[in-house]
Formats: sequence, structure tokens, C-alpha cells
Amino acid sequence: MASAPSKLYSDDVSLVVVLLDTNPFFWSSSSLSFSQFLTHVLAFLNAILTLNQLNQVVVIATGYNSCDYVYDSSSTGNQSVGNGRMPSLCATLLQNLEEFMNKDEQLGKQEPEGRIACSLLSGSLSMALCYIQRVFRSGLLHPQPRILCLQGSPDGPEQYVAIMNAIFSAQRSMVPIDSCYLGAQNSAFLQQASYITGGVHHKPQQLDGLFQYLLTIFGTDLHSRNFLQLPKPVGVDFRASCFCHKNTIDMGYICSVCLSIYCKHLKKCSTCGSVFGQAQTQSDEPSATNRKRKTTDA
Amino acid sequence: MSGAAQVTKRAKYKISVKDPGTTGALRMNDQKLMFMPDNRNSGAKLVVEFKSIQGHKYTKEGSNKPPLINLANAQGGSYIFEFDSYSDLHVCRDFVSKVLEKSKETPNAALEKSAVKLPDEQLSEEEMQLRIKLLQENSELQKLHRQFVGGNILTEAEFWAARKKLLDRDPSKKSKQRVGFKSAMISDIRPATDGRTNKVTFSLTPEIILQIFAEKPAVHRAFLNFVPNKMTEMEFWTKYCRAEYLSRTKNYHAVVAEAAEDEELAVFLKEDDILANEVRKKIRRVDPTLDMEADEGDDYTHLPDHGIFRDGTKESNELQSEHYRRTLLQDLNRHAAVVLEGRTIDVEREDSTRALAEALARSKRGNEGADNNANEERLDRTPRVAEIEDLQAPHCLPLAPLSIKDAREYFDSQQANTLKASRDSQASMKCSLSRQEAYGSVRDAISEIKDMGLSDPIVNPEVALKVYSGLTHNISSIKYHLGKNPRETVLDRLPSATKEKLLYHWMSIQELLKHFWSSYPITTPYLYSKVNRLKDALSNIYPQLEVYFWPEFTAFA
Repeated sequence: MASAPSKLYSDDVSLVVVLLDTNPFFWSSSSLSFSQFLTHVLAFLNAILTLNQLNQVVVIATGYNSCDYVYDSSSTGNQSVGNGRMPSLCATLLQNLEEFMNKDEQLGKQEPEGRIACSLLSGSLSMALCYIQRVFRSGLLHPQPRILCLQGSPDGPEQYVAIMNAIFSAQRSMVPIDSCYLGAQNSAFLQQASYITGGVHHKPQQLDGLFQYLLTIFGTDLHSRNFLQLPKPVGVDFRASCFCHKNTIDMGYICSVCLSIYCKHLKKCSTCGSVFGQAQTQSDEPSATNRKRKTTDA
Repeated sequence: MSGAAQVTKRAKYKISVKDPGTTGALRMNDQKLMFMPDNRNSGAKLVVEFKSIQGHKYTKEGSNKPPLINLANAQGGSYIFEFDSYSDLHVCRDFVSKVLEKSKETPNAALEKSAVKLPDEQLSEEEMQLRIKLLQENSELQKLHRQFVGGNILTEAEFWAARKKLLDRDPSKKSKQRVGFKSAMISDIRPATDGRTNKVTFSLTPEIILQIFAEKPAVHRAFLNFVPNKMTEMEFWTKYCRAEYLSRTKNYHAVVAEAAEDEELAVFLKEDDILANEVRKKIRRVDPTLDMEADEGDDYTHLPDHGIFRDGTKESNELQSEHYRRTLLQDLNRHAAVVLEGRTIDVEREDSTRALAEALARSKRGNEGADNNANEERLDRTPRVAEIEDLQAPHCLPLAPLSIKDAREYFDSQQANTLKASRDSQASMKCSLSRQEAYGSVRDAISEIKDMGLSDPIVNPEVALKVYSGLTHNISSIKYHLGKNPRETVLDRLPSATKEKLLYHWMSIQELLKHFWSSYPITTPYLYSKVNRLKDALSNIYPQLEVYFWPEFTAFA
């Protein structure tokens, strides 16, 4: 590698992979409208690109039925689309987003049954990690990657295993996962993701100031985080979900061979097929032994 | 006899070494020693407490002095007793040293009171000593002991029952670090010559003797066989020294002549066959996958392949007779091997050379047994290790390999189940729009932006300010509460006195809980009362914690 390019690479060059939640069922019932949200996000992406000439941004849309890349700042095929009223970043992104939504609608067939359906966070996390791996293997000089997750849909407990796998592989590759949760409840998955990988998790109190939150907290690059104070959550919700019903549980049973989590006692592990021994069921039958003990004491 | 609580022997009490002494009987027990002269009227009766005795000296067996023991007291005086025989002296000496050792350890008076021997527990003296020593060394253990056993919450037996591992260790068996062999070849003895007469004098110390036995196993064997049956020790060493002297001279024929006359001398001049055997065994042990060619020539301690001979000549064209000429290299290598093996016996503990020789023989025999087993294992392993792995059949492991069933079926099939099952789960904002409507609204939003462009300003300035100040306040308050390090615990930020109190309470709670749970299931009334005692102790801790910590906790809120 020549020395001249390396001089351009300072410590704060970052690659931000933004996972945009485009679950229509969530956005149609959220207090923040989707257009406002997009405004904030587009301005923020622009800001990141202006922080450093070598910064890169990749946007992946997390849909209801599928996930796809909608923008890559390093790709050269960004022609200015539209009427020139907005930077090509926005135009390209919006164009791609629209096409993505059309495709997503056609893929889905089911109506959600009254509760808000969850988006495919595990899919977009995996795609982001694959992209980052490709960047790692592109050579010695590459920007420092991080993942920013803008999520509003609730956690899908059926995605627990996949999300945990993605989190652990991000931890292993030392890629922090920042998360900004826009929904009503708390997201245990996102809290765990940020805690385990060393990223920042925040739930904004005022959604109409989202741009300010994004710029203050999530715009900081990894090098600067060593000396900047970012808001920390007071606690992390570490609950897992069981493998049989996908309920969130705090106490359960674990198979000692493959470490799968179950909410009730099983005779056989459904993941690896190991047979478990007899459980000590004390409360069920008043056994003869109990009666024997009573007589000796008397 | 050495384990007895008192010892009685006939002895003479002397005031000084030259004093003829008064005969009488010496009786010693744990507290004091008493001397009663035969002649009641001589007035030399003596009663001395062991507390006032500082040290003791005694004459060694083997020297020409009579068996004496000298007990020095605190004021500088000494009591000298002469015994009839050395065995009496040894018995008394052992007893005195034992008593003096015990009195030297000043046990903590408080500890002794609390470590009371219970009637249902037979504790030996040694175990008591061990317990007291453990308590002295470990202050945490002492605190716990004082709190629980002193407070009558746990009995002594229960307290130590949880700590069997500590008590198992027998301190007297702790092996001390021994001084190793010198790297200088002291076994290479040189005589001192007296210029005037024709005598040469060799001086041998027990250390030198031990080295000689270690380096020359043939000499060791000869010693065990000859002394004291065929000759006395003195004669043996004389012959040995003569052989050494002869081998130093360049007069090889004199050596041959003397060896022919005196067969015991010849033993010292012959090749060491024990060493030869060991070398052969060592060759057999070499892993053929490492060195296929290993043979006797590889061992420089044994064969005189090269080097300078001990008598200074360099050529070896003398006829190969059974008298064997050592080279400097062999001697050095053998000595180095012995030094690296390490020392297994203490010279000071053995009184005579005979005992030394026997101890050495015993330790060698012990090693041999282990060696044989290791050897057999090695012979078994060698053909196995020499296999070429590619050509082998796969090893069948005794374990069943982990088989995860089809992962895809596991991940995908659950989605339908959850949607059905979680219909009545957490009620968040319900989606009232149908699918088409939802997608349509999103599409509209996108087109709206495309037409209108991004809004200006993107964020209302007042809102931005509010957000910013909120964040700053949040960050600073979190810093106050949690500190800079996200993994810092609450404990580290408490003042150290509070932290210690908290840890002390934690430690005692752990101990109580350990005993509490170990008494379940409750099958005897003893266990029932024990559980009640523990329960009371546990509930007493709560108010203590509240008193200490409530004011501090409210400060943080």
C-alpha cells in the first residue's frame, strides 16, 4: 500500500450501515409519520457523509416480508434521478425504497392478526454483517464499520435465535450495533445487541426531534467514542425466549448438550434429540417414603 | 516410647561437663522435668519447668564423648545430664525437642478458649494445633469462627465440617525445600600429602560419601555388601581411597598388580556394571519414531569413547583388560546427571554411613518400581504412536456426536405458531388498516417527500434545544449514578468502610446459608434445632443492614 492513501485515512473514517424499519403496519399507526421519519433520516445520512470525505453509508430496508439494500454511497451508479430538487443521495434512496416496498407487498400474503407484526430484523442484521465482512476482506485500509438499527416494530420472539447469532458474530468481528427504538414498548433484543457488542442504545423521548438525537448520539464515530460521553441505559433486559413456544421467559430449563432453552420440562430435547433423566417431582405424589419418615420421627 | 506423656531415665546430673555428676533418676513430662538423686541427702534435687528452658544441646553418637544433654535456661545457666547409653539420650532428646516446640507456639488465649474440645468429639492434640494455626493465619476465617462459634450459632464440629480440605493437610508432612548437590565434584577426592612422611590423607565428610554413593552405584552396592560383614567402615574407605589414588597414577601395571591381590580393591577399579545396565535400559526406552539409531555409543557417561583419562594420558592403546580407565568426560557427565536428579535424602538426619547407604538404596528402589510401569506403558504406546494416521480406520469414539435436527424446519415453522399463539399477548397499538392500506400509506409518504423535498427546517429549533438539553442532563446524571465505566459496580462507589461492612455481612450470610441448606432434609431433631438457630441468625442480619445502609441509600435516590 502506498503511503499517500494511508495519510488520508484518519482514525474517524466510518462506514455506517443503517437498518431502516419499513414495516408498513407499524408506520401506519405510529405517532411519527413515515415521511417525517424519512426526512430526519435522510438529513442525518447527509450529515454523516459530510463529516469525513471517506465516510460511507449503506442503507438496508427491513421490511415485513423481505430485506434489501436500498442505498450504497460507495457505488458509482448514483445518477441523479428526478428533478434535481434534492441531492442524489435522497433521490436514489427514495427511488429504491419505493421499488422495495412494491416488491415487499407482492411477497406477502397474510394479514396480521390484530397485533403489530414484526419486521425481519434478523435478516437485515445478517445482510449488514455480510457486507461488513466483505469490507474487511477488501484490504488493510478500510473504514471502521458500525451498524445503526432504526427500529420501531416490536421484537419477534421467533427471531430470537437468529438475532442472538447475529449479535454474537458482530461481537466477534468487533462491530458495534447502535440501536434507536422508536416504538412504544421496550425492545429487549436491541438492548441486548447494543450491550453485548459495545454500541449505544437509546429510546428517544421526543420523536419530532429525532434528527437531533441521531446527530448527537449516533453520529459519533468509533474513535471519538473513547472520549465522548454518550447516554447509557440504566439496565438491560436480558430475558431469553423459549424454543418451544417462543415466549419470553426469565426462568426455564436448559438442555445440557446443546443449550436450548425450554419453558417447561421435556423428556427429550427437540433440537438435538438427547433424552433427559427423571425429574425430581416432589410436589406431585405423596410418596411412601414421606410417610415412612413421619413414623420414625414420632 | 517417644509418644509417651512422660519419660523416666537413669542419668547423672552434672553442673559442668567435667563434673563427675550425681547419679539419679530423671523424669520428664509435659510441664517440667524432675531429677531425684539416688542419695537423698546430697541435695541435688532439681525441678525445672520447661517454660524456662530455651534450648538444648546434645552430644552426637559416634563421637568419643559420653552421651550428654545440655538444657539451657533463660537466665543463661545450663543443666547437664549424662545418660548411660545413646539410646536413652535419643529418647530424652526427642521428648525435650517435642515439648520445646509445643511451648514455642504461643497460641492466642482467646482462640484457645473458643476452640473448646467438645465431649462428643475426640480431637487429637495435633488437630487442635492445626486448627489454631489455621485460624491464626487466616483473619477472615477467624472472624467467622468468632462470630458463629463464639455466638453459639454453630458448633465447632459443624464449622470445621465444611472445611475438611483445610484440615486434611498435615503440616508436618510438608516437604521443605532441600539444598541440592553442589555442582563442584566433591566426590573427586584428592588427598592431602604430608611433605615429611610418605602418608597421604583423604578426608571424607558425609556429604562426600553421599555423592560417591549417588555417582557410583557399584561402590554403593559394595558398601552395603561388605560393611559390616567383611570389613569395617574404616577399612572400606581405606581401600576405596587406595583405589582412587592408584587410578590417578600413571603406573597402570601397579594397578593391575594390586587388583589381582586384593579382590575388594578390584571392585573399585572395575567398570561400574550397574551403570552399564541403566544405560542399556535407557537405550531401550528411546522412542524409535524419534531416533532409530540410538545405541550404547550415545551415552557418554558409560563408555570411554573419547577424552582424557583420569591419570592424564591421552592414548588408549593399552590392552583392554578388565581394569577400566575412566575419562574426565565420563566423570563430569555422571556427576551432572546426579546433580540434576536432585537430592532425595538429608545427610544430617542419618547418623551413620550405613544408614545413609540404606536410605539411598531405599529411595532408588522406590523410583525403580515407578520406572518399570512407565516403561511398560511406553512400550505399549510406541507401536500405537508410530501408526500413520491416514491409513488407519476412523476411531470409534465412545461419545455420541451432537446431531442437531434440521435447522430450517426449526426456524421457519415457528412463525405460524407464534402468530396464532400470541394473539392475546401484549396489547400494543393495534393495526387497524388492512394490508393494502398500510402499504399504500407508506408509498404515499415516499412520493410526498419526492415531490416536496425535505422539510425546512428539518427540526424545529425549540424542539432541538429541548432534546439537546434533555440529553445533556441525562448524560450527566447517569455519570453521577453509574460512573464512567459501564461495567463498574455499585460496590466500588461506596465509601470503603461501608463496602467492608457490606462484604463482611455477605460473607457471614454465605456461611449461614451453606450450613442451612446442608441440613436439609430435616430428619433428626438435632438438625431441626440447628436450622432454627440458623434461621434466627439470618433474620438478625436484616435489621443490621437496614441500620447501616438505609441513610446511604436514600442519599443516592
